[in-house]
Amino acid sequence: MKIPENKLRFDLQVIAAWITPGSRVIGLGCGEGELLAYLKNRKQVRETGIELVEEKVVRCIEKGLSVIQGDINQEVHDYPAGAFDYVILSQTLQQVYDPLTLIHSMLRIGKQAIVSFPNFGHWHVRLQGLFTGHAPVTPQLPYQWYDTPNIRILSIRDFRAFAREMGFTIQKEVAINTDKQDKSGRIVAALPNLRATYGIFLISRKKDRLWEPTT
Amino acid sequence: MSEYITHDQSGRSVGIVEKQFFTFAHPPNEMPLDSGARLGPITLAYETYGTLNPDCSNVVLVLHALTGDSHAAGYYSKDDDKPGWWENMIGPGKGIDTDHYFVVCSNVLGGCMGSTGPCAVNPQTGMPYGMDFPFVTIGDMVRAQKALMEHLGIDRILCLIGGSMGGMQVLQWCVQYPENVCSAIALATTMRHSALSIAFNEVARQAIAADPNWNQGDYYGKKQPDVGLSVARMIGHITYLSDEAMRRKFGRRLQDKEDFSYQFDVDFQVESYLRHQGAKFVERFDANSFLYITKAADYFDLTRFRRADSPVTVFSASRAKFMVVSFTSDWLYPTYQSREMVQAMKKSGRDVSFCEIEAEWGHDAFLLPNQRLTNLVRGFIDSVYEDTGKQAAL
Repeated sequence: MKIPENKLRFDLQVIAAWITPGSRVIGLGCGEGELLAYLKNRKQVRETGIELVEEKVVRCIEKGLSVIQGDINQEVHDYPAGAFDYVILSQTLQQVYDPLTLIHSMLRIGKQAIVSFPNFGHWHVRLQGLFTGHAPVTPQLPYQWYDTPNIRILSIRDFRAFAREMGFTIQKEVAINTDKQDKSGRIVAALPNLRATYGIFLISRKKDRLWEPTT
Repeated sequence: MSEYITHDQSGRSVGIVEKQFFTFAHPPNEMPLDSGARLGPITLAYETYGTLNPDCSNVVLVLHALTGDSHAAGYYSKDDDKPGWWENMIGPGKGIDTDHYFVVCSNVLGGCMGSTGPCAVNPQTGMPYGMDFPFVTIGDMVRAQKALMEHLGIDRILCLIGGSMGGMQVLQWCVQYPENVCSAIALATTMRHSALSIAFNEVARQAIAADPNWNQGDYYGKKQPDVGLSVARMIGHITYLSDEAMRRKFGRRLQDKEDFSYQFDVDFQVESYLRHQGAKFVERFDANSFLYITKAADYFDLTRFRRADSPVTVFSASRAKFMVVSFTSDWLYPTYQSREMVQAMKKSGRDVSFCEIEAEWGHDAFLLPNQRLTNLVRGFIDSVYEDTGKQAAL
């Protein structure tokens, strides 16, 4: 895969490469909107973002992005089914209280969803736990156990199993290994669950199966 | 709207400005009102700042709150020490940058700052209208502004912006004239008044009506209902602040004394402040106008526009790109009311941004200098302007 040279964080470069120009994109937990701004300027997408933090929302709007301040779990409900071509949840899944419900909502409002997360199966994480006896602290998971926003620790292998069990389709999957600044990196083809720092998935609803929660 | 006067914070002032007047709807072509009555001739007072592009693509229409006027920025003379009410937002290099945009602000229909209202002379009697003035609505105010825009040769408004009752006009514009609006910023506002807001307005109106000088609205050339109007303003003023703002500003501090007077004089600073605001207000505002405009705000209910079944249907009629901003300490139009609006916009497929600004000054926060608000406004208007340029180039 050819990834354009730019200042965008490496994992976001991978996501950006998957987006069809001119499509409708919503970024959940979009932060200061660097990915959305890139997609708007380079790929002419019609963008929307949801972000909780006021200061980050102001930054997004300053960039000319359409962003709503609010909780992603709540805000996704207001959009009609199929309102977007892509729903992006970048490095936020590990902070979501009810991932299954959120992914369901994402696949309702979007035709496809992109989910990325730090890979807890990385060898560095495994070794830290094994040798130090402490909960691991890595550049991708840089928090202590008492101040981490990450309440769901998962590996690439976990997410694949999750998709299988919950019945959504993984259309594309890329595992990446990035540098310390996350600005450059490479795609990990061999042993991704052991060697990759991030997993990025493009998922969709299974066409032959109605995927609805039973409640 | 409150009494804030803010001198230059950033950028420069638009300098000396002039109030202008536009008169239309001459009989027999009076303007039809929502109430079924007809009104004409109608005069609107307005001001403009900045330069209109040859293709009229850079118009920002500013809509004022309850007791505001057309004087949004600049000074009337060199000796004028009081600038327009949104001096901190409008000017060269400011949030609404007059180096780029042509800004128009008009006084509302029913007002008393140069526009036709109850204190204007009724051509049929040669006397002020008083209570013979017909009821006007937010929709009527917008209809009159549309006539002004046509007079100025403006077909398409780049951005509408207004707070409080100005925000109601913003929303009304977007659904009443969807083809003429590119984008809209609604600050500290609501789709409809809550019982709380109506209640405060009713108490204020009752205060005016209870003043013996009010005389069923027939007081022009006689003693004015100053006490009633002053009390009405005090009530309004309380709703524009917040518990926190009042605690910080006044606490229980006493005014020019060490101990209680054990009289019904002013003891507390907050009492002195309210009396001062009330006294200042009667110098510039007409009591009947206050009655009519508060009623227009109470009647406003965008969710019922053209008998729509839901606010989602209402916003489906609009074409504008929206930005909605609320303030954390606003208890007159709290954030949940803005969220309802945003929710309806989302459901109807509108392009909308929303931000709740942390501010401790209550409802009035939208009038006060706030870098975050300035950045939001600048970013939003600039991006819309850029997008319309792109669209034109396609």
